[in-house]
Amino acid sequence: MGARSVRTGASAVEEEMTQLARPGLPVTRRRHSTTWAGIAFAAPLLAYLGLFYAYPLGENIAMSLQRFDRGTFVHGGAPFVGFDIYREVVGDAKFWRVVAQTGSFTLVSIICQYSIGLALAVFFHRGGFRLSTVLRGMFLVPWLLPVIVSGTVWQWMMNPDNGVLNSALGVFGAGPVWWLNSHNALMSVTIANIWLGVPFNLVILYSGLQNIPADLYAAASIDGAGAWQQFWRITMPLLRPVSIITVLLGLVYTLKVVDIIWIMTMGAGTSQTLATWSYGMAFGKGASTVIRYSQASAVGTILLVVALVFGLVYLALQRRGED
Amino acid sequence: MRRPPWKTVIAIILTAIMLFPVYWMINVSFTRRASIRKGDLVPRDFTVEHYAVVLRDQLPHLATSLLIGLGTVALTLLLAAPAAYGLSKLPFPGSRGLAFGLIVAQMVPAVVMSLGFYSIYTRLGILNTVPGLIVADSTIAVPFAVMLLTAFMTGIPREMVEAARIDGASHGRVFWSVVLPLSRNSLITVSLFAFLWSWSDFIFASTLNREGGSLRPITMGIYDYIGAQNQEWGPMMATAVVASIPAAVLLVVAQKYVAAGVTAGAVKD
Repeated sequence: MGARSVRTGASAVEEEMTQLARPGLPVTRRRHSTTWAGIAFAAPLLAYLGLFYAYPLGENIAMSLQRFDRGTFVHGGAPFVGFDIYREVVGDAKFWRVVAQTGSFTLVSIICQYSIGLALAVFFHRGGFRLSTVLRGMFLVPWLLPVIVSGTVWQWMMNPDNGVLNSALGVFGAGPVWWLNSHNALMSVTIANIWLGVPFNLVILYSGLQNIPADLYAAASIDGAGAWQQFWRITMPLLRPVSIITVLLGLVYTLKVVDIIWIMTMGAGTSQTLATWSYGMAFGKGASTVIRYSQASAVGTILLVVALVFGLVYLALQRRGED
Repeated sequence: MRRPPWKTVIAIILTAIMLFPVYWMINVSFTRRASIRKGDLVPRDFTVEHYAVVLRDQLPHLATSLLIGLGTVALTLLLAAPAAYGLSKLPFPGSRGLAFGLIVAQMVPAVVMSLGFYSIYTRLGILNTVPGLIVADSTIAVPFAVMLLTAFMTGIPREMVEAARIDGASHGRVFWSVVLPLSRNSLITVSLFAFLWSWSDFIFASTLNREGGSLRPITMGIYDYIGAQNQEWGPMMATAVVASIPAAVLLVVAQKYVAAGVTAGAVKD
């Protein structure tokens, strides 16, 4: 990080995003007398984490183990049913379909975000052209916009009759695509999500590229290695740790996406994922007539476990990289 | 160094493709209702009437978002700054575990949090309230803020803290008069992000504040248009443009602060 002394353009925001990917907190051992002061300073945070993280999390899990209806949700006294709700949810006709859709949404998003992000990072890193910093900064915009803004714009662009995407296809003589119908919904929300995720990948991979010593490329090019060879023999191997972190963080983030999908399709058809399914059962249209908080919590907890598994893999790799 | 212009041209084209949806939003927001469906590439049938609708209908939501954003920033700083000082300068047993917990906290799906909050808030009767939403929104920013501030404060030379201690300053005084002023730029950065995230929040607003009327944030103002029978794209896109302003400001302002922030800590001592 220290290599860049002059920070202009988008590097400010990038710094933040890079921090997101570097959660290791350096902690040094100190004298004993400071212990209590340290605890005192952290006490509000500890209380907060207990009250506003652990408690809602526990509440969510508790809800998935009880069978709620409208009355018991408000007044309490819902019967404890063990893992019955989980059995019902997993046994639901659409469960495995939703899991597959979640997997497809996540994997395709990650692969495309990573490839596009890497291509752009290499392009900007080779740089040496005018406006490169400013334009790289502009690429952050999709990441900074509220998702409700991006979601509604994509929804309009994908409008079958008047959307600009179909007009563009029409110019090339292609027929209109029903982007948001139940069959194409997964593809459409994935496209929008890739657009949202490219900036994050670009920034992290770009900062990774900056840590690769320039002499390596100089030496390689003296040895006659072309740009393509340099990319595969130097860039990719040396970028591996950063790549793994980027992909795993992307996995954790993408698995739990609700907003872009819900805003564009309300989880209709193929665009239903575990996260939107859970959200929809609790808060979707018509959800108030049939209370399904227990089911929503069970699906949410399954999602939580999957996200944590990937998260712990990420932490393990991160730790190994530090040692 | 030679600066090949063709690379700039390619970069501009790529940026244009990437930002096309943003342009399209602005374009629609300035196009008269009758012409929106024509899909002109520029707003030929120009109007600002959609922005008049925004002024008429969305001001309460904008004010609510502002309030919630500022509240989230205050709560986040109040919790994160002292904790970061403790974690970076006064390590205690379990501080490593706490750091680990913060990372894990960021991985919890928001839908899970919102379900838990919904149940708790229903019981406490604070559903559809601004303070309730501030607390929920702060859970997005607090772990990030603690981590960023801890990383920054760790970089503040130990000698500075110890010199102040030898001069007889209490930990509270060192924190307030030495560490906080040095961390000013990181604090601003954290604040900007906390504000932006709570401003942009959809999940918590749409679950914990569904029936708050005008005391709902601007994201819900936009969401109302989606639910409407006859989707009004003009006002919707105009509202979206207005809701994007903080992001635009952040892109311009945050650079300055963090750019200074990263070097300032090292230079000042």
